[in-house]
Amino acid sequence: MSEIIQKVKNLSVGFKSQKGHEISILKNITTNIKKGETVGIVGESGSGKSTLALAMMGYVKQGLFKMGGECIFNSFNLLNMNNRELEKIRGRKIAMIPQNAGQALTPNLKIGYQIDEALKLHTNFNKNEREKKISELLNKVRLPSPETIALRYPHELSGGQQQRVAVGMALAGNPDLLLLDEPTTGLDVTTQAHVLELLNFIAKDTGTSMVYVSHDLGAIAQVSDRIIVMYSGEIVLEGPARDILKRPIHPYTYGLLNSIPKLSLAGLPGSMPGSQPQPGTKKEGCSFYDRCNLAEEKCKKNSPDLEYINELKTSVRCFNYKKLLKDKSKKQLSTSRNEKNIKINEILNLTDVSISYAKQKLLDQILNKITDTNPTVKDINIDINKGETIALVGESGSGKSTILKSIAGLLRTKEGNIKFNQDRILSNDLKKRNSSDLRAIQLIFQNPDESLNPNHTVEEILAQPLKLYFGLSGEKLKNNIIDLLEKVRLGKFYMTRYPRQLSGGEKQRVAVARAFAAKPDIILCDEVTSALDVSVQAAVLNLLQKLKEDFGTTYIFVSHDLAVVRAISDRVAVLYQGRLCEIGPSKNVYKFPSHPYTEVLLGAVLEPDPDIKPKLVAEDIVEDKPPEKGCCFQGRCPRILGDKCKNETPPWQIGDNGNAIRCHINIKELENIQNGN
Amino acid sequence: MFFLIIKRILLGLITLFIVSLITFVGTEVLPGDACTTYLEREAYGAALEACYKRLGLDIPAHERYLSWAYNVIQGDFGYSLSGQMPINEVLGPRVKNSMVLASAAIIIGIPLALILGIITALWRDKLPDITISTVTIFAMTIPEFISATLLILVVAIWLEWLPGIVIVPTDVTVKELLPNIILPVIAIAMIMTAHMARMVRSSVIQVMASDYVQMAILKGVPYWKMVFKHVLPNALLPAINVVALTIAWLLGGVVVTEVVFNYPGLGRLVIESISNRDLPTVQALAIILASIYVSINLIADLLTLMLNPRLKTLQIRK
Ligand SMILES: Nc1ncnc2c1ncn2[C@@H]1O[C@H](COP(=O)(O)OP(=O)(O)OP(=O)(O)O)[C@@H](O)[C@H]1O
Ligand code: SF4
Ligand code: SF4
Ligand SMILES: [Mg+2]
Repeated sequence: MSEIIQKVKNLSVGFKSQKGHEISILKNITTNIKKGETVGIVGESGSGKSTLALAMMGYVKQGLFKMGGECIFNSFNLLNMNNRELEKIRGRKIAMIPQNAGQALTPNLKIGYQIDEALKLHTNFNKNEREKKISELLNKVRLPSPETIALRYPHELSGGQQQRVAVGMALAGNPDLLLLDEPTTGLDVTTQAHVLELLNFIAKDTGTSMVYVSHDLGAIAQVSDRIIVMYSGEIVLEGPARDILKRPIHPYTYGLLNSIPKLSLAGLPGSMPGSQPQPGTKKEGCSFYDRCNLAEEKCKKNSPDLEYINELKTSVRCFNYKKLLKDKSKKQLSTSRNEKNIKINEILNLTDVSISYAKQKLLDQILNKITDTNPTVKDINIDINKGETIALVGESGSGKSTILKSIAGLLRTKEGNIKFNQDRILSNDLKKRNSSDLRAIQLIFQNPDESLNPNHTVEEILAQPLKLYFGLSGEKLKNNIIDLLEKVRLGKFYMTRYPRQLSGGEKQRVAVARAFAAKPDIILCDEVTSALDVSVQAAVLNLLQKLKEDFGTTYIFVSHDLAVVRAISDRVAVLYQGRLCEIGPSKNVYKFPSHPYTEVLLGAVLEPDPDIKPKLVAEDIVEDKPPEKGCCFQGRCPRILGDKCKNETPPWQIGDNGNAIRCHINIKELENIQNGN
Repeated sequence: MFFLIIKRILLGLITLFIVSLITFVGTEVLPGDACTTYLEREAYGAALEACYKRLGLDIPAHERYLSWAYNVIQGDFGYSLSGQMPINEVLGPRVKNSMVLASAAIIIGIPLALILGIITALWRDKLPDITISTVTIFAMTIPEFISATLLILVVAIWLEWLPGIVIVPTDVTVKELLPNIILPVIAIAMIMTAHMARMVRSSVIQVMASDYVQMAILKGVPYWKMVFKHVLPNALLPAINVVALTIAWLLGGVVVTEVVFNYPGLGRLVIESISNRDLPTVQALAIILASIYVSINLIADLLTLMLNPRLKTLQIRK
């Protein structure tokens, strides 16, 4: 057994409430980190993962304080040391890779300076050696042309590049322990897979121990040797990664794994009811009691201890774990969607749509000349059938939201038209759309915090569309609101609440209710579950599916998460740089990805299974604009044919199973290559 | 970047144009005019007409505006009525006197505000912050005319340390002026400093809570180095515009304070020429004060543009 480098003993951290009560957000945490191992800490937002990781650096956020226990790194008792002493350890012995590198790099200092600063503090190199070391570090994190990158400011790099810089900076002091707080959250799937692969390489290469904090079990599965599952400030399960992921013996972990949509499984993930208790609200009993489907009477009164099971090398905090131990069925619970055959009854047709963000020069506007020959979104042709869920997928910057905004009328199309119900061409200009067109198309946004007016109660929020489109008032209005709330499974008493009094999932339900209030034909969903925890995400997805079945609504669903798209959509359109690459029924696109870009995207998806490794087939270069001519994917295509791809726009080809792709390689040939792999 | 600067300058010029129009129209619609005030009881018949003729008040208003604007652009504000001399000559020493007053207030106020703001932010909720914050909030709420009067009462009348009222000729030299300006400067600087210190404090606190400062701490950067390299440049950048606004706003304070202390500056001239209905001078003052206001804001915008790496590249790329 290798030596322990970080010991956390009975650690409790809390804050003082306004009434002066001490409320703990970490309760009695005890765990060890061994030399050279990577430990994943996983849990929903608010479970205390980041607080725990920061405490391992002797850092307690402003407003929090240590209530008891200790963190011992080698022989240093970190939480009892003063800042002067900690400065010698931080960055040198223990380094941190932050959640959002974009915000964690100081905006007014160049990349090179920020790395140099760490080197100056923690090494004895002279100026020349440091300069060499900076290049070496940037090289190690696989950034192109380190010399020029070093001279840039943080905002001049893409998200993935910023994250790499942060990794490089953390490695500057050659630390024994690396703490990573959600290092890939917010990155594109392909970028995320590459950063994780880099981290794995560094862990092997340098023998550094890592603590990897994330809400994403998919990412955790790729890097961890051991996993700690946290719930409401406690460790509920801890053990070897493989066992935890394959045979979770705590009901919470079981439910969590169940609520993650998987590529390999069609249908909606099972959802867990309720949400994590707020700190300070739970008095006695098991903290998971309200949401647990194995709960018994004794769980209500007594809280279980963390019990170590020798033969499994696992610790678990549950009275009934044995029930899950016996449960040999590995089958994932997933409610299958009825993929009933959708009648060809087109409700929305996008014809040759292009959209440009470039501002037209005044003169060209007067002469009505089109100057932007290379618009952000170009040549989009999609026919959408009534009652289907069509998803737009692609990396950030692929124009998914842009297309949605145009359909909603928030953004003018430059060319082409959008037809509703086969005969009405929707106006380009929101102001010129009539009330029934406006009612017919509703939007749900990514972030309910921004789309719900914080000064209105839920009742007022839902009353708005009802008054506007149906002129309801009085008793009728009220009954309709109660009805709507019921549909999204919220009680009547939510009417008087303000958005800040709702949890993330509840807010998104209100946003869904508001969209349905207009009795729309089409609902545009822009990353509606991205801001939610997986268990909440599963619930919202199930809700959306249920409502759709009840009302026959058509969804246009935008997401960067391919597994979510797999779970909810009937048809997928894959976009790259504002151009369509592939479109077809979900089950076929996922089973036989034929376009090289679809192959790249699907290969990078992380599954919460240590045995399914992502396939990285293309570099994660960021292109800031689409190529002038030829295939849009030429810059990154692993199967590029040469000049043909660079000069000629590829033709559409339709495969036997209904997939349409845009590529110069014959679709049969592509299918064969990919099946051969 | 170049276009942005041109755009800002153009906007400033438009503002000036509008101000000139408003003052012109304003003085036009007020009952009574320069001649009736000047001639008082003799304001009738031939004398009045002669006066109108001499001042050019007999030609239509828009023509008068155009010729006036034309002259102003060339730096000629016309003729003061009460002083009976070119306005430029009246203004010269007054501008100088006010400049001395304002610059003294700025030279003392800005560094003091920065220091106080930074101290209160870094020792947030500790004793230094609590004391300084109480004092600054108190100072912020007292208008100049009260603080000026109190200063005169305490320092000049009770303690008899300094002269309470400034009794010097308008064309006094700077050296003679200095001992007289101490109290007015304190009165002006107090409220301005308090405002800026609060602003700097909240800006520094905000940056201190940012992810990149937490990162710098976790990187092991020593405290003061972190403050100077990571915190202050980012915290003070947004403060530039507020400082500019405060300085521009100080102009109003200058007027009040000058009147209370009988200080021979632009501010007193404003009040004097309004009560004398010396309309040409009022117009000239309005334009001058507006130009100062506009240029201070312009300078602040340009400084922000130049110092913020983010804006710089944004502009180059576009
Ligand atoms: N207001 C704007 N001005 C100029 N360019 C813009 C603007 N908004 C978006 N873009 C550009 O348009 C492209 C498509 O943006 P869009 O927001 O539609 O992407 P997305 O696929 O929704 O990405 P994400 O997953 O990050 O939301 C990007 O290259 C983006 O930089
Ligand atoms: S102790 Fe009871 S309530 Fe808690 S997780 Fe186990 S079965 Fe569920
Ligand atoms: S057309 Fe060429 S570059 Fe484009 S996807 Fe096909 S092979 Fe790749
Ligand atoms: Mg988007």
